[in-house]
Amino acid sequence: MKLNTNSNVYTIVYATIVVIIVAVLLALVSQVLSPRQAANVKLDQQKQMLVALNQELGADPAALYESLVRDTIDKENAKPGIFRFEVDGATKYVLRLHGAGLWGGIGGYIALDEDKNTIFGINFNHESETPGLGALIVEEPFRSQFIGKHIRNAENEIVSVVVLKKGNQAENGEDQVDAVSGATITSTGVSDMLKANLCDEYKEFLDEGMKELTNEGKEEDHVESED
Amino acid sequence: MLSQKTKDTLLGPLNINNPVVVQVLGICSALAVTVQLKPALVMGIAVTIIVAMANVIVSLIRNTIPMRIRIIIQLVVVAALVTLVSEILKAFAYDVAMQLSVYLGLIITNCILMGRLEAFAMTNNAWDSLLDGLGNGLGYAIILVIVAFFRELLGSGALLGYQIIPDSWYAAGYENCGMMMMPAMALILVGCIIWAHRSLNKEEK
Repeated sequence: MKLNTNSNVYTIVYATIVVIIVAVLLALVSQVLSPRQAANVKLDQQKQMLVALNQELGADPAALYESLVRDTIDKENAKPGIFRFEVDGATKYVLRLHGAGLWGGIGGYIALDEDKNTIFGINFNHESETPGLGALIVEEPFRSQFIGKHIRNAENEIVSVVVLKKGNQAENGEDQVDAVSGATITSTGVSDMLKANLCDEYKEFLDEGMKELTNEGKEEDHVESED
Repeated sequence: MLSQKTKDTLLGPLNINNPVVVQVLGICSALAVTVQLKPALVMGIAVTIIVAMANVIVSLIRNTIPMRIRIIIQLVVVAALVTLVSEILKAFAYDVAMQLSVYLGLIITNCILMGRLEAFAMTNNAWDSLLDGLGNGLGYAIILVIVAFFRELLGSGALLGYQIIPDSWYAAGYENCGMMMMPAMALILVGCIIWAHRSLNKEEK
């Protein structure tokens, strides 16, 4: 007997079976592979932090990461992500950044010197910026501009670093870097991400150390005045 | 070694029956991934693999598929394959997966896949379907690579990320053509390729 492949019953049964097979297959694959994928994501984040810290990745980035990292406040890959590293004997803080580009999310890691002011290095990632334009934010020429810039103004307030079209001047005298030409929205996205994260999300952490420093300063002043 | 029919199935799509310049399928993704050569190459390879696999699977089950829901079944096969490939890449080749991120999803919507499944795999055996898939995937890849070659060379002065135009040219006043970065230029380049292709193949038509 030949099946009537055009009957309603056959169509419904066929569709059901196909969907079940595909669903089970995909669920299975996803279950089996998810530990490996999670490990890859973690390794990728560690690599990104190492790049932000201007380290050569070498053959075993995971071991290099372990040898440098000292302390982490990391809530399940979300904000805040604060990492303390020791590079060549000096303390560096790495903060995880999240923002929006033109087509999708952008993110990155910023490495600050112990003064929580000078940028030691930075790294960006993006989900789907245009190759050759917005995607250039991950490349070395754009990133290296940030090195040595300051995220605080002369009054020690956090003002972030602004990304501006070449030739423009920052309104409030913040440190600035040149935007990627032809990728205005992605560049503005980077600028906004830095501002939102540094001036708001991580303000408490960034100012924490500052208070300590100012307190120490006051105590010293106090001691001097007693003399 | 290969019969004439096999040859036509495999090599036809590379030139005479090219999916992009003759059938004019898959144009949208041709715009999206051709700013640089590397994503174009990777996208070409990914489409080739997926269209070949989908062709084989659909061809194998073609006699059982109810006619009324055949497009949906084809779509399920393609979507399942793309998801599978993307999961496997994320586990074993994370860097490649990150590079492909958006493009992998785009493959599901690539008209070439549905076109080949509907026009070829539904009526031919698995072996021919495999060849047809490979041929069409490569035919698509060739056009992507040609377009990306010109866009990256003229738009960024580089190929595969390496600078080709010497600094002395820039010093002498040469400038990259910003127009090449625009998606519209991909269409114009594809138009030029179609023009050249049609003029060359006049007699054979």
